[in-house]
Amino acid sequence: MSAAKPKLELDPVLIRKARALARKAGAPVVKIARTHTTVSVERAVLRLAGLSGADHDRLPWVNHLVDAVRDEVGLEHGVATPVFDAIRRGAAPDLLTLAQKSAAGSISFRLPEGRDLVAAKSLALRSVRPGMARIDRNRATRDRMIKRHGDPRQRPWIYLIVATGDIYEDIPQAQTAAREGADVIAVIRSTGQSLLDYVPEGATREGYAGTYATQENFRLMRAALDEVSKELGRYIRLVNYASGLCMPEIATLAGLERLDMMLNDSMYGILFRDINPIRTFVDQRFSRQIHARAGIIINTGEDNYLTTADAVEAAHTVTVSQLMNEYFAKEAGLQDWQLGLGHAFEINPDLPDSFRMELAHAMLARQLFPNAPLKWMPPTKHMTGDVFRGYLLDGFFNLVGAMTGQGILLVGMMTEAVVTPFLSDRDLALQNVRYVLNAAGGLAEDFHPPRDGFIQTRARRVLSEAVELLERIVNDTGQSGAPLLEAIGDGTFGLMKRPAGAGKGLDGVVRRAPGYDNPATTLLEGGAGT
Amino acid sequence: MSTRDTAAEKWPDVIRPYGDTTGDGMVQVSFTLPIPHDKRAEGAALQLAAKMGLAPAMLVHAKAMGPHFTFFVVYGSVTHLVDLREVVVIEREFPLLSAKEVNAEIKKRLHRKLVVVGACIGTDAHTVGIDAILNIKGFAGEKGLEYYREIKVVNCGAQVLVPELVARARAEEADAVLVSQVVTQKDAHIHNTMTMSAAFREAYPAGRVPLLVVGGPRFEQGSAGRLGIDRIFGKGTTPGEVASYLVHAMTQAGTQAGTQTGAQTRATTKEHRR
Repeated sequence: MSAAKPKLELDPVLIRKARALARKAGAPVVKIARTHTTVSVERAVLRLAGLSGADHDRLPWVNHLVDAVRDEVGLEHGVATPVFDAIRRGAAPDLLTLAQKSAAGSISFRLPEGRDLVAAKSLALRSVRPGMARIDRNRATRDRMIKRHGDPRQRPWIYLIVATGDIYEDIPQAQTAAREGADVIAVIRSTGQSLLDYVPEGATREGYAGTYATQENFRLMRAALDEVSKELGRYIRLVNYASGLCMPEIATLAGLERLDMMLNDSMYGILFRDINPIRTFVDQRFSRQIHARAGIIINTGEDNYLTTADAVEAAHTVTVSQLMNEYFAKEAGLQDWQLGLGHAFEINPDLPDSFRMELAHAMLARQLFPNAPLKWMPPTKHMTGDVFRGYLLDGFFNLVGAMTGQGILLVGMMTEAVVTPFLSDRDLALQNVRYVLNAAGGLAEDFHPPRDGFIQTRARRVLSEAVELLERIVNDTGQSGAPLLEAIGDGTFGLMKRPAGAGKGLDGVVRRAPGYDNPATTLLEGGAGT
Repeated sequence: MSTRDTAAEKWPDVIRPYGDTTGDGMVQVSFTLPIPHDKRAEGAALQLAAKMGLAPAMLVHAKAMGPHFTFFVVYGSVTHLVDLREVVVIEREFPLLSAKEVNAEIKKRLHRKLVVVGACIGTDAHTVGIDAILNIKGFAGEKGLEYYREIKVVNCGAQVLVPELVARARAEEADAVLVSQVVTQKDAHIHNTMTMSAAFREAYPAGRVPLLVVGGPRFEQGSAGRLGIDRIFGKGTTPGEVASYLVHAMTQAGTQAGTQTGAQTRATTKEHRR
């Protein structure tokens, strides 16, 4: 990536200060994340131990088992100890039978003590190892396939979306998109899924504005893209969403099925989906630990700030969110190359100098995070239905992407906000990207904004506004002891006030007891797997 | 040819599209056919153009998109005529007011704040529309309803269940309920809207139902009655238009609200429209 000399003359002291403030804002939240668990984290542990499938009402067995343990002994000690104690006692030969029996109410769980406790924990650890080993193997397989087929020849990687609702329609569309030049395929999720407190099972053919994220859908699509990677001599990456109430489980399934990128933002669910803040931060930390282990690149959701707020006035909120996402990601073990920090081309094109400001913002992000791939998102808010103007805007968006060395470029559609893209819209969009990258891909080399010119000044201003906002956040003291939670509760981010004691999924949050054990966390935090 | 008088200028009643000369009828269309690109495909594109009324048609661009599809751009003169006398326009039924006028009008007529409850219902998580209307930030340079001193806004956010919305509207004694529906796959916007209006009719005595207003880019104009709601707003609606409509509708209802007959009249007209 761009290790060349910096193009914006930013104050290094201010940059250090921004990171220090992000750490200060984030650390108390990490502490909360380390002292709580959630139903979805516990279900993810069972998934790693190999439990899958659902009952005839399509409610997954992991939900049944976690609910049963919670009802009888609580989740304060984690689900693993009582579950594997029951297996040890011979209550059932395996997890599936145990879940089925517990759903019928014929299992009683207990919190073992002494030697039973040690044995249960040891069995739990042994049982989770194969799942973790599969994640490790998948990572190695990906590395091997990239070596064999190769990475995309150009940067940014070209990211395209498919979203039919039917996995069997998605597959040919994704393969076609890859043949037409897409390097990264995202399967948009059905719009209701983020608020489901379970992961649907099996191959699905019906979704709203997207396709359900399920383990089987993941497997089918990855296999289809492996086929096309081989055909094209280029490893095609697959993206899905580790967000919403089942973030840890979906992250786990992504690791088990070798997905390559996951959308995973630290605050998106809180602000835009009204998911409880603590639930989000606990789930997010676990999911990011899994992503780190699985070699998955995360994509953060800063574009959302700009679609709901003004892209000029709110430019600094993007920077603040990127810094927070970076802090939380690194704390969870992710490395720079895994941080697809988001930003977007959403300034009103009628404003004078809108393109120059876009350039300034994109260069700021590039320079603040020189080793992160950065995900560059196309215009949506100012796409009016005038498809011709939209096509031009997308061209300018592509140009900023090329000039500022973005890592991942989400391809904009001229029919954004009009219809789901036609086949031809996608083809035209890719033509647009190819033209710009081909014509101006090397422009990054020539383009150096003059000292104290418009672009440098604008970038500095956004950075200093970001630092001011971070200062306001860390000074937001209240009873939770976590200024970031107070700030989220006060509506510091946009107009959305999200108090820590409210929001969806709150009832799935449990404070850990001193004896809490999570074998997956043990392996994730202990480093080596086997 | 007869003509009509609009302002100072005279327009003919019958017109054709304009390319670069009056009456040339020129249009451009683009489309994809699910066949490989060859001579036959080009012939097929011209056949379609002829059936669409383009004569003569020029195939200016044809491009293979993979082995199974071809993309075409066609220019041509349409044989159809447009008769302006047959065009039906639904005019805005209310005057557009400034924020100040809206506030003054509410104060004068209602003697209290106008309560608006807003949400995205069903699986729809796209709050862009409702936020543009409700949030102070607003849309297209106009401040949202939160900015109006005499309007109390309760924004319930995304993916709100219909029973929750009804309960909230009752608790807040809402005068109007604003619902945004962006996702249209499998007609979700229609189903959600009808579920919502049915739930409100069930929960409230006849004639007491708050104004039900739905916004979204894909609602058919004039379908409000069929959906059981009072008003639909389409793409590009500004907060000022919504505020003006609410004042118009409320003050109309407000003058009647005192008398039982008035309330019944409103209920009857609603029934009638359905």
